[in-house]
Amino acid sequence: MAAYVLRRLGQAALVVLVMSVLVFAGVYAIGNPLDILIHPEATQQDIARLSASLGLDRPVWEQYFVFLGQALTGNLGTSFAFNVPAIPLILERLPATLELAVAATAIAVLLGIPLGLWAGLKPDSVAGRTIMAGSILGFSLPTFWVGLVLIMTFSVELGWLPASGRGPTLDVLGIPVSFLTLEGLQHLALPAINLALFKLGLVIRLVRGGTREAMMLDYVRFARAKGLSEPRVVGVHVLRNILIPVVTVVGLEFGSLIAFAVVTETIFAWPGMGKLLIDSINVLDRPVIVAYLCITVLVFVLINLVVDLLYALLDPRVRLAAAGAEA
Amino acid sequence: MIQRLWQSGAAMQFAQSRTAAAALVALLLIIASAVLAPWISPQNPYDLAQLDILDARLPPGSQSADGAVYLLGTDDQGRDMLSGIFYGLRTSLVVGVSSTLVALALGIALGLAAAWFGGWVDALIMRIADIQLSFPSILIALVLLALLGQGLDKIVIALVAVQWAYYARTVRGTALAERRKEYIDSALTLALSPARIVLRHLLPNCLPPLVIVATVQVAAAITLEATLSFLGLGLPITEPSLGLLIANGYAYMLAGNYWISFFPGLALLATIVCINLVADQLRDVLNPRLA
Repeated sequence: MAAYVLRRLGQAALVVLVMSVLVFAGVYAIGNPLDILIHPEATQQDIARLSASLGLDRPVWEQYFVFLGQALTGNLGTSFAFNVPAIPLILERLPATLELAVAATAIAVLLGIPLGLWAGLKPDSVAGRTIMAGSILGFSLPTFWVGLVLIMTFSVELGWLPASGRGPTLDVLGIPVSFLTLEGLQHLALPAINLALFKLGLVIRLVRGGTREAMMLDYVRFARAKGLSEPRVVGVHVLRNILIPVVTVVGLEFGSLIAFAVVTETIFAWPGMGKLLIDSINVLDRPVIVAYLCITVLVFVLINLVVDLLYALLDPRVRLAAAGAEA
Repeated sequence: MIQRLWQSGAAMQFAQSRTAAAALVALLLIIASAVLAPWISPQNPYDLAQLDILDARLPPGSQSADGAVYLLGTDDQGRDMLSGIFYGLRTSLVVGVSSTLVALALGIALGLAAAWFGGWVDALIMRIADIQLSFPSILIALVLLALLGQGLDKIVIALVAVQWAYYARTVRGTALAERRKEYIDSALTLALSPARIVLRHLLPNCLPPLVIVATVQVAAAITLEATLSFLGLGLPITEPSLGLLIANGYAYMLAGNYWISFFPGLALLATIVCINLVADQLRDVLNPRLA
């Protein structure tokens, strides 16, 4: 097990290193940030001074090693546009993105499990078919277009919910959140629903498949034979077995929610990391782009690492297969 | 292959689901309207001389000064939305289909190489695919477009990079299973060249699952392109795809001019849903095991 953990950690570190080269090389190629930052009438000396102060006059590989050395100490440079360090700038936006992603996950799970159970228990009923058709739509609808339709319907036509921003926030343990006030909840509603729809379709399909499978197994028949009531059979015995894959998938998909939040945040002007990324790409704010990508890559590698290690812990076959592949 | 499919009754089997048959007809109509766009559009949306700025942002069904009717309204430049959608479909479909074909070729080559050579070739190719598939496609596309800049060729490259791993994985899995079968053994005994065995014997038998994956991926590629264009990172404004048309209308949505975004979105949605329904049925017909 220790060898497996070590090798898996080594792999993760390698992925992070490779990504850091790719990200740096990629962002270096976007364009010259000086063109945007500098006044059109600036003299040659002004340009040279600014270029030197940002470290842009050095060779690319040197810039990379400076970047890597600083990255290891948690310093990914200073935002050209905001003139503050990039990592704190992003971490400041992190709570908004996390709140959105958590709210979307909650919606997907709390709605998806009952709907999936229903569709799984009565697959041929009208309701069951409607739920499944709806889940296909959830997969097919492009997130950004659903966002526009939501704004059009609930903000422009009906005027029920606000279309942009986060509303007032309250601090909980020093972290600003918006779900504690009514106005904040109203601001959260549309973006969270928008982000949740795709995952909702996924959860419905998972739960439905699991339910149909479980209903045919012996333990369900045994529970019925014991004379347990139907709600108890479904609510306790079936549900508990379905929850394992659901929890796994929802956990794994949390990272992709953060990535897709880029789209939702842009549409609803939600002040999170994703909107910051798009704004930064548009003004070529290199350090912020690099820091965003590094943080996201790190989050992904961590999620994958934890899931892999948990699997290895729970399922000895994974460990043995890994050891066998080496031999 | 088409002939063989027809003889096996696959076409009849496909038509058994009325939803799938209807989706296929609708999809063919959508493709036809994209191909025929220059002939069926009321105006050429790229020809600025035909646009009248006084007709800007007219609601659906309005009449222009010279008597023509704008069935789906006009955008902020006075461009007829119906024509814009036909031309936009063209761009979206070209991007979706061409990127899928390139990714398919690349994925097949790498997947077959991994399955045939095994060893470190297999390990290298599949590890790269694993790492790539552990990141969401939108993140990879964002990084690549940030690297490459904008343009039709750039977005195709980004979409190919996002998709190839799916094909490589599918081909490798099928090819490994097929390799153990007797017809490959007999081809080896006949001392046929490896290239001939791989291309003429192995590849045709790996195609059915690929067709299914490729159909779904065309829809995914079109969606991703639309999303990237909406974010302002995709195509240049000179060749607006559906995503760009939607982005363009977004600014006027809060003013109540819903049609500029809504109708291109509907066209995009119809295309994607039709492709997915056709793919679903194809999966049932070509490979009952996967259903």
